[in-house]
Amino acid sequence: MSDTHSNTVAYVRKTMLTEQAPPSSQVGAVRWVRENLFSGPLNTILTLLGVLCVYYLGVHLGPWFANSIWNAGSLSECREILQGASGACWGVIKDRWHQLLFGFYPQDAYWRPTIAFFLMIVAMAPILFDAVPRKVLWFSAVFPFLAFWLLWGGTIWLPLLALAGFVIGYFAFTALQKVSALAAVIGAMVAPVLWWLFFAGPLDEVLSNALPIGIKHIQSDEFGGFMISIIIGVTGIALSLPIGILLALGRQSDMPLVKWICVGFIEFIRGVPLITLLFTASLLLNYFLPPGTNFDIVLRVIIMVTLFAAAYMAEVVRGGFAALPRGQYEAADALGLDYWKAQRLILLPQALKISIPGIVNTFIGLFKDTTLVVFIGILDPIGLSNAIRADSNWNGIVWELYGFIALCFFIFCFGMSRYSQYLEGKLKTDHR
Amino acid sequence: MATTSETPGSSFRLSMLLYDTRYRSLTIQVIFMFLMTIGFWWLVDNTLVNLAQKGKDIGFDFLGARAGYDINQRLVDYTNDSTHARAWIVGLLNTLILAVCACVSATVLGVIAGVLRLSKNWIVSKLMSIYVEIFRNVPLLLWIIVIFAVLTEITPAPNAFRGENATSSMLLFDTVAVTNRGTYLPGPLFERSLGDFDLGIVSVSTNYLVLLLVIIGSVMGYRALQRNATAVQEATGDRPVTWWKSALIIVAPMLIALIAMGFHLEYPELKGFNFTGGSYLRNSFIAMWLALTLYTGAFIAENVRAGILAISKGQSEAAFALGLRPNRTMNLVILPQALRVIIPPLISQYLNITKNTSLAIAVGYMDLRATLGGITLNQTGRELECMLLMMMTYLIISLIISGVMNIYNNSVKLKER
Repeated sequence: MSDTHSNTVAYVRKTMLTEQAPPSSQVGAVRWVRENLFSGPLNTILTLLGVLCVYYLGVHLGPWFANSIWNAGSLSECREILQGASGACWGVIKDRWHQLLFGFYPQDAYWRPTIAFFLMIVAMAPILFDAVPRKVLWFSAVFPFLAFWLLWGGTIWLPLLALAGFVIGYFAFTALQKVSALAAVIGAMVAPVLWWLFFAGPLDEVLSNALPIGIKHIQSDEFGGFMISIIIGVTGIALSLPIGILLALGRQSDMPLVKWICVGFIEFIRGVPLITLLFTASLLLNYFLPPGTNFDIVLRVIIMVTLFAAAYMAEVVRGGFAALPRGQYEAADALGLDYWKAQRLILLPQALKISIPGIVNTFIGLFKDTTLVVFIGILDPIGLSNAIRADSNWNGIVWELYGFIALCFFIFCFGMSRYSQYLEGKLKTDHR
Repeated sequence: MATTSETPGSSFRLSMLLYDTRYRSLTIQVIFMFLMTIGFWWLVDNTLVNLAQKGKDIGFDFLGARAGYDINQRLVDYTNDSTHARAWIVGLLNTLILAVCACVSATVLGVIAGVLRLSKNWIVSKLMSIYVEIFRNVPLLLWIIVIFAVLTEITPAPNAFRGENATSSMLLFDTVAVTNRGTYLPGPLFERSLGDFDLGIVSVSTNYLVLLLVIIGSVMGYRALQRNATAVQEATGDRPVTWWKSALIIVAPMLIALIAMGFHLEYPELKGFNFTGGSYLRNSFIAMWLALTLYTGAFIAENVRAGILAISKGQSEAAFALGLRPNRTMNLVILPQALRVIIPPLISQYLNITKNTSLAIAVGYMDLRATLGGITLNQTGRELECMLLMMMTYLIISLIISGVMNIYNNSVKLKER
């Protein structure tokens, strides 16, 4: 039986078969298409719909971009050149780009905001990227005063005297530190305030009359366009983070009074639309200030936008604190650190790292919200677009103008969100 | 020689207010309170001085006075003879109806876009990414203005629909007309109407009230049927066939009620210079609705995506290992867990929608800000009172929404023992 069985094996292959290519449906593009685009009936329908969508967009946008017209002084001229064909009339951007960027800022002074913008990039570089030399941070500290002087003009003394306040604060701190740490902190806070309130103003007048070094003063109401969006946005971003952190700490505080005032402030600001706060800034602020005070509308808006963003920031940072394990607080206490040292060295760095996405989202929201200033009469890009569309030359233009504004906002906001992803990746310490 | 510690509290020295942590927080709070009181008093004092200088007082009598302006969209009766208080309510209702419409449509759009962005289909997921990124990174105000400009400038005027060689035609079998004055839709009419039901401030159409009751009754009947079927299944092992009964319970009472009230649709018709009949949606409302939907939909899509991604892969693998089909896995395992992550940010998006309705100022939609904070404020010159009332109204709406959120959060919170 077994013999016969062994004989039935007629043939045993002794050599390997040459390797064959896998079936064509299992490799390369065909497989990818089958798996990703046509894996089932629903998927096929979705793919077809998607392709239809892309085709529709291509058919409409392709010729529109292809027939772009840059040299036209008005919409009717554009239409004459196009003769009924579809085409973008970018002439409006060529005609009005300076307004969209600078508003009604005097043309011969365009170099000032331009330089301020590029200096801003230099000032931000050491904060954003590690590779930049740390010494540039000194420039970052001086930059706000320099930018103020470049944008608003006037004599150089006002920003210098304002800067001197901080220097005085620093000297007061170092001088009083020999007495006691508490006195140093109080001195560092009180001395600059006294300086600004009582000495800076008269000194500015004296110096400006004696040595009028400066450039032409430009009123806030001549500001506009993306310049004003960036001024409000960047100032708001820079100020709202520290205020937001303080509010978040206040909300977590053991002191009931501080805690409830912070809670009340945060919930109130978060509960009302920004537009009502801006109207408060433009309509009501004069009621709340001593009679006769009249301060700059741009400054008012910056204060309101900052407070608004700070309340949101406080909630984001609080979320970061809440995500920290209890052990981190206990460890900080066990090391014998006092409140501020524990916050600065152990808790805040971790809480901020966790809340980076939320913080950057708040920044993006703030930057987008700067468009609302149009309702209180500041000519931001949207306000200017209304003015341009009211001009008889450009009456009826929609996509080109709004497309340009949208593109500019998109670049800024998308850039911020990409940076936040980069930062998250860089600070990631867990090994997953 | 025992190291006895000094008994605390035996002698109170003034320096302990600063250096003893037990008393320091008290000191800080007293100083804080002192500064806050001074600041507050300063503001109030300034306000009183300023008001006195302008010869104004603070009072809310103006709310009872005749408003004297018209509101073009009103959900309750309002004429220009009504009071400012009533204008306030009309504006509030306009805000709320816009917010509710936008919340519903943004949720639908956001869920679809969020799920599709996770799809394995390359084209669809990329298209959805583009949608989300474009709408998230461009200001809402710009979208509102663009959509409004398109609606008012690119859509045809009503007279383009006229005559033999009309340049425009109505959509959906001649029932919907999109014009530069607004969109005209078929409107519901009841031949044997049951009249209105007066509730003092508002009057509600009894027809809709009846329909609502019928729907509630149908749903309750349907659930009773399902419960019954489940009971039978548990007792005998066989689930009775219920689909035709459920269909009947859902559809029949509704149909009977509609026929009894003589329900039919009234189609818009071109008469004179404009369309008449049917329902009419203003361009301002449509622009706000569309813009809020598209903008917030992009944010909700991200929340939904994050919520689904937050559920670990092991959960779906476990469900498959138990033999659940993909759709049962989604319904029974993934969604209940994902919802816990999705709902809180979703509700804060609803909050954002409600606050963002105030951007209606850009298109002239008569919301709360336009009535109380706009025309009433300008007519009466009562900036302080109007702003205060308007902020309080928004604040109360926000607090109600976040209160609902807290209740929900507590109910679905993981119970850790």
